[in-house]
Amino acid sequence: MQFGIFTVGDVTPDPTTGRTPTERERIKAMVAIALKAEEVGLDVFATGEHHNPPFVPSSPTTMLGYVAARTERLVLSTSTTLITTNDPVKIAEDFAMLQHLADGRVDLMMGRGNTGPVYPWFGQDIRQGINLAVENYALLHRLWREDVVDWEGKFRTPLQGFTSTPRPLDGVAPFVWHGSIRSPEIAEQAAYYGDGFFHNNIFWPADHTKRMVELYRARYAHYGHGTPEQAIVGLGGQVFMRKNSQDAVREFRPYFDVAPVYGHGPSLEEFTEQTPLTVGSPQQVIEKTLAFREYAGDYQRQLFLMDHAGLPLKTVLEQLDLLGEEVVPVLRKEFAKNRPANVPDAPTHASLLATAEAASKEATAA
Amino acid sequence: MKLVAVSAGLSTPSSTRLLADRLTEAVRDEVAAQGHKTEVEVIELRPLSGAIANNLVTGFPPPPLAAAIGAVTNAHGLVTVTPVFSASYSGLFKSFFDLIDPVALTSKPVLIGATGGTPRHSLVLDHAMRPLFSYLKAVVLPTGVYAASEDWGSGSGAHAEGLSARVRRAGREMASVLITRATDPLPYDDATLVGKQLSDLRFD
Repeated sequence: MQFGIFTVGDVTPDPTTGRTPTERERIKAMVAIALKAEEVGLDVFATGEHHNPPFVPSSPTTMLGYVAARTERLVLSTSTTLITTNDPVKIAEDFAMLQHLADGRVDLMMGRGNTGPVYPWFGQDIRQGINLAVENYALLHRLWREDVVDWEGKFRTPLQGFTSTPRPLDGVAPFVWHGSIRSPEIAEQAAYYGDGFFHNNIFWPADHTKRMVELYRARYAHYGHGTPEQAIVGLGGQVFMRKNSQDAVREFRPYFDVAPVYGHGPSLEEFTEQTPLTVGSPQQVIEKTLAFREYAGDYQRQLFLMDHAGLPLKTVLEQLDLLGEEVVPVLRKEFAKNRPANVPDAPTHASLLATAEAASKEATAA
Repeated sequence: MKLVAVSAGLSTPSSTRLLADRLTEAVRDEVAAQGHKTEVEVIELRPLSGAIANNLVTGFPPPPLAAAIGAVTNAHGLVTVTPVFSASYSGLFKSFFDLIDPVALTSKPVLIGATGGTPRHSLVLDHAMRPLFSYLKAVVLPTGVYAASEDWGSGSGAHAEGLSARVRRAGREMASVLITRATDPLPYDDATLVGKQLSDLRFD
């Protein structure tokens, strides 16, 4: 099972000091957080993509390329890549390029984006969000798998005899996750292709996550990719820890109370009860995260949101120390217990390459 | 069949709740007279007001609100009653329906009712309530029932039916729709359509 972090990349004033980091500081902080993730033994770093303030990460592969050069093991991913407003041709090129530079340590998560004006800024219409996700991904899927593509769709200039370069590393497309919070169509899409499904459950109650994951698993089996238990599931998480849980609550509350997403709404206590947010000791984080399996089944990837709402870099790095040293080692051990042997790990470049080579050997033999 | 009433009254006792109860009883009696049974659930919005505000902020309903939304979504018919505030439904009433999926009420029969201190606001039914539920693609029954304070103490006048007669007429309309629909087929499955759209696009 993979453990990692995902960042939104928001530039938010620290409510305890009133200070807002500069864009440069925030971008450098995101990189420092990614490097720390590798240092403390996490597996994955994923960055968001946004095209409006107060967010900075508009160019994920630029950032991930830089992180790739300074890491050895970390898998670089996105949370999410906008399949609606980006040209699928550019996504195919950017991520294939990143694959080569990062020696295959790359996957990505497709998302639609929910900011209305971003669509017209990129010449699209949010009311076509699902249709854009479906058509653009169908093209992206082909660009990575066919050397020469002829294409005609509704949303993009037709392509005749087009080859996306560079070709994917070793001829193996990066693994794709499809992220969605409430659209069953996206669970269906992930199932259709046998891709991963990431439910960003961090602001949502367990029963909702359960329904979406069950739908994806059932449809994954329906499309013949394996049993429902073999479907590739990722979940989010959101934690703030101190050794003593009361200290965690006291320190995090001012950030929680005015946080951009849920601030000025439910109390910290209500929100931690109703969603995956855990504010407390490392042991509490372990218990809450292990319980995800009860409603989502054995899954492949767990990403934590650690650096939003104006938390200072120093605090985030301390949080990552706790996550890497005290939480994830226990989670690895506990999640491995009673995990059925036929539940696969999250696909990596190495595993996808091995599968492709085995398939081609079989084809040659036959 | 399941009838759910939504009452946005704020005081206790509330004339809005009183009207909601009169309307559900009228529906139940009429349905029973035709040999069917109705299960009635009344949802008071007042105790959900904090949850409704939180849902607006966070995007998901706390458990008691989720149950209320589920009940409304799964009802065979709705009775919705609001007090008139500033020439329209109350903000709490509107906020609750803002949280319901815009397609969840499609073709659902809705009986609208409103209460106010004076009969001069009675057009709120046709200028505010009816357009709201038309937007949500519900089937709004022809008779809406408005109860001003004075209606609770008067019978039929020379030119208008009294409150009891209007309640009975509304009840008959709802009962008739509910009974006709008791054997309706289920709506089609959206996921199947997406599956088809996906396979249409796949070439490999």
